[in-house]
Amino acid sequence: MLKIDNLTNEIDGKAILKGLSLSINAGEIHAIMGPNGAGKSTLAYTLGGRPGYDVTGGTAEMDGANLLEMAPHERAAAGLFLGFQYPVEIPGVSNLQFLRESLNSQRRARAEAPLSGGEFIKLAKEKAALLGMDMEMLKRPVNVGFSGGEKKRAEMVQMGILDPKLAILDETDSGLDIDALKIVGAGINTIMRKPDRAVLLITHYQRLLDYVKPDFVHVLADGRITRTGGAELALELEREGYRELAA
Amino acid sequence: MSALPLPTRRDESWRYGDLDALARVWPVDAAERIVVSAGETFSRIIVQDAASSEVAIRHIEITIGRDATAIVHILNTGGDYGRIAVDVTLEEGAHFELGGAILGSGTQTLEIVTTVNHAHPNATSNQIVRSVLAGRATGSYLGKVMVARDAQKTDAGQSVKAMLLDRTATANAKPELEIYADDVKCAHGATVGELDKQALFYLASRGLPPPQAKALMLQAFIAGAFAKIADDAERERVETAAIAALEKLL
Ligand SMILES: Nc1ncnc2c1ncn2[C@@H]1O[C@H](COP(=O)(O)OP(=O)(O)OP(=O)(O)O)[C@@H](O)[C@H]1O
Ligand SMILES: [Mg+2]
Repeated sequence: MLKIDNLTNEIDGKAILKGLSLSINAGEIHAIMGPNGAGKSTLAYTLGGRPGYDVTGGTAEMDGANLLEMAPHERAAAGLFLGFQYPVEIPGVSNLQFLRESLNSQRRARAEAPLSGGEFIKLAKEKAALLGMDMEMLKRPVNVGFSGGEKKRAEMVQMGILDPKLAILDETDSGLDIDALKIVGAGINTIMRKPDRAVLLITHYQRLLDYVKPDFVHVLADGRITRTGGAELALELEREGYRELAA
Repeated sequence: MSALPLPTRRDESWRYGDLDALARVWPVDAAERIVVSAGETFSRIIVQDAASSEVAIRHIEITIGRDATAIVHILNTGGDYGRIAVDVTLEEGAHFELGGAILGSGTQTLEIVTTVNHAHPNATSNQIVRSVLAGRATGSYLGKVMVARDAQKTDAGQSVKAMLLDRTATANAKPELEIYADDVKCAHGATVGELDKQALFYLASRGLPPPQAKALMLQAFIAGAFAKIADDAERERVETAAIAALEKLL
């Protein structure tokens, strides 16, 4: 599904990713953990094609297609979804309007028929219910005035509606209360735990992984994957911290 | 009768005008005069969408009678040079409402120029102008609010915001106050900005191609200009024209 090989990049001329390699197969859930500033969000943004995140070397392919050559909206249409660590507020633009246009743009790009207004609302209601989010919130402008936890939940509603092949979720668990964490965890499983889907979870804590059990856990430190293991690695990290590991 | 001389840049209200273009159509028609009788409501929608080589100069003078209201909406988007000037005088307790959008590209010069004269007490005015400018276009709002000595309890608001799609475009925003009364409320704000890049990436990451993402954000940006058109069908007509004009800028 995703194959990253020796990826390097720069932000404002500063090297952040320093030869990162990672492969994710369909049906797998991977977690990335790592110290603050290690480059986890940078990896997510770089795969999403955020302007300013200049790739200086290496490759990243999704289903054999060169991700790095595509514009951000083309990556989305190809099946990539980015759950933002800090979802952006967009005054005046309603969630429902932008999601419908986004989904239909993706569908047109894949030569699928666009959804009608009625079909879209039905889909949105279903996904909002799955994540326990009030439809009224989806009528409001994108993330404006949402609490930290509501923003993360809204990201997952968006993921449900857009139904990506590969989701990269950057600290989706941060800001969620205990009940919300459970709901979001279950939502991720329902939407993404399928043989033809894959997830890359970026997190600092084991607690999300209690609900969304990873097949692989990686440590990202100083722009590279420095260690890979199974679900037990996350528990070890929680006990020992990263310092022990580097030694 | 001798023709009026062509204005010069020293005339405050023409300082950002395209005077060469103006010379092509000079002398222009005299101002249209409108008197709104006491207690009445007058509304006018001006859609200036002249063909690209044209020069469109409009001037309206409105006297708003006691406790009367005038509501003016302007979509200024056509022509080489498009200028819409509105001069308003308010009687006691009158209200003036302006909602305007300036949407320009290429080498267009587009202006909304207002003078609002609060000559008597208890009158209110509210002006909202949103500009979106691309290419080497120039969009200007010059809005002078005068509050006479005995025009106590005046409440005058001006909200002016411009969005530049290209660094080569120019926005001029000149809200101006001349206040001689002491018990008045005059709020004015003017900002010039660019589309939020983070928001554009966020929208793109959901699958929206850049022109569509920009169009969504720009629609939201100008929405306030036409929100107060009371008639739904009229509002939709103007909004549709505005969206079409926006799409031409992208
Ligand atoms: N726009 C930017 N300009 C300059 N440096 C940047 C920029 N964005 C990120 N960086 C730097 O890149 C490094 C990696 O940042 P990144 O956000 O990827 O870390 P992270 O692993 O996600 O950390 P956290 O766990 O705190 O979220 C940091 O040193 C950060 O300061
Ligand atoms: Mg981060």
